[in-house]
Amino acid sequence: MIEVKGLVKTYGPKRAVDGVSFSVNRGDILGFLGPNGAGKSTTMKMITGFLRPDAGSATVDGIDVTRDPVAVKGKLGYLPESAPAYPEMTVEEFLGFIAEIRGYRDAAARAAQVDRAVQLTHLTPVRKQTIETLSKGFKQRVGFAQALLHDPAALVLDEPTDGLDPNQKNEVRTLIKGMAEAKAVILSTHILEEVEAICNRVIIISQGKVVADETPAQMRARKPGARLDEIFRELTRGDL
Amino acid sequence: MRHIVPIFKREFLGYFRSPVAYVFLIAFLFISVSLAFSRYGGFFRAGVAGMDSYFTFFPWLFLFLVPAVGMRLWSEEKRSGTVELLFTLPITTLEAVLGKFLAGWAFLTLAVVASFPMAFTVGYLGDPDWGVILTTYLGAVLMAGGYLGVCALASALTKNQVISFVISLGACAGLLFLGFSSFTDTLEGLLPMVLADALSNFSFITHFDAFTKGIIDPKDVIFFLSLMGFTLFLNVVVLER
Repeated sequence: MIEVKGLVKTYGPKRAVDGVSFSVNRGDILGFLGPNGAGKSTTMKMITGFLRPDAGSATVDGIDVTRDPVAVKGKLGYLPESAPAYPEMTVEEFLGFIAEIRGYRDAAARAAQVDRAVQLTHLTPVRKQTIETLSKGFKQRVGFAQALLHDPAALVLDEPTDGLDPNQKNEVRTLIKGMAEAKAVILSTHILEEVEAICNRVIIISQGKVVADETPAQMRARKPGARLDEIFRELTRGDL
Repeated sequence: MRHIVPIFKREFLGYFRSPVAYVFLIAFLFISVSLAFSRYGGFFRAGVAGMDSYFTFFPWLFLFLVPAVGMRLWSEEKRSGTVELLFTLPITTLEAVLGKFLAGWAFLTLAVVASFPMAFTVGYLGDPDWGVILTTYLGAVLMAGGYLGVCALASALTKNQVISFVISLGACAGLLFLGFSSFTDTLEGLLPMVLADALSNFSFITHFDAFTKGIIDPKDVIFFLSLMGFTLFLNVVVLER
């Protein structure tokens, strides 16, 4: 579904992403792990077509994102880090705007799509509220609703549980897990239990390079008996 | 191009979702009308049934007020991170640029057109040449688009609204002063005559003047349209960088 080959992005003298390759199939939930600044967000921004890679390619459903960005963006649902949204709009207006851009032209289809997303993410109590008045948890869910709205085949989620309380985290994880059967999901996080809880594959990235690509069980088997964060620290030593 | 509509709608209504629109419209009308009635405008003293004394301040008013509308176009999106959301939706950069620009332009047009009670006042007091008033309105709307193109470009360069405002103000002031002989005289001293002459053709004032006299000269219309086209093209280039 999502195929990434040798992605490179350089900021000035620093190689933020240095030849990252991996692929994600339908039904996969890929956990994208790494210390802050390792290149997780940059990689995701290149897959979603927000940044142009300096080298390498990212394809979704066989379409190269640099060749036909609009087609790729139409297939993807993307939750950027810290879930940006237009603060002066109400939840309903905002999701309606996204739906209209996503091609739901007539009002009935748009309303149906917005209703579905609102229900999935439990936004019903705040749907008439402006986004600037929402708590962090609700804002994050608005970002989620926006990414899910068109029922995309592939989801890219940049730290979807960041800043949520334990109950909300749990809820978001259940939501992701529930959807994963028919979708390819990439989610970045630095919470290791999260990976254990929902992902069936883990990629660890350190200094812009992939240092591990395996199942959570394989990762655990690297050092039997050790805690996950010890293994993580060992793999990402270069970032310290 | 079909995505321009939702972007336009969101941006245009966005002005009214915050106090920005109301503050701007009231300030614009209050300042423009009081200038016309002031001793500098001489609306009554002129003894002419026309709107010259009203529109004569427009190039100056726009100098401050259009950057106030334009500075948020892209800076705001960059600062709040929504630019990432916008450009990961299935739209092209050109659609986003056009949608946002047209929304800002429509808002400025609304502000200009909202001065219609002035025109009615003139019509009530005397017998004005409505043709001249109409061409002046057309000129003002085109000039607003020219200013806004420059401001939108400045806004795309930075995520700081203050910097965006100052760059816009500087660039628009440059384009405005090019029309004054004292300024172009200095230029002629510094640059070859041909170049100075060509530069002074880029002034808002020279191109707006003909409209206030009731003349729609294609070269003035083309000037404003091509200024918009050029700045919007650069706007796309800057955002795709």
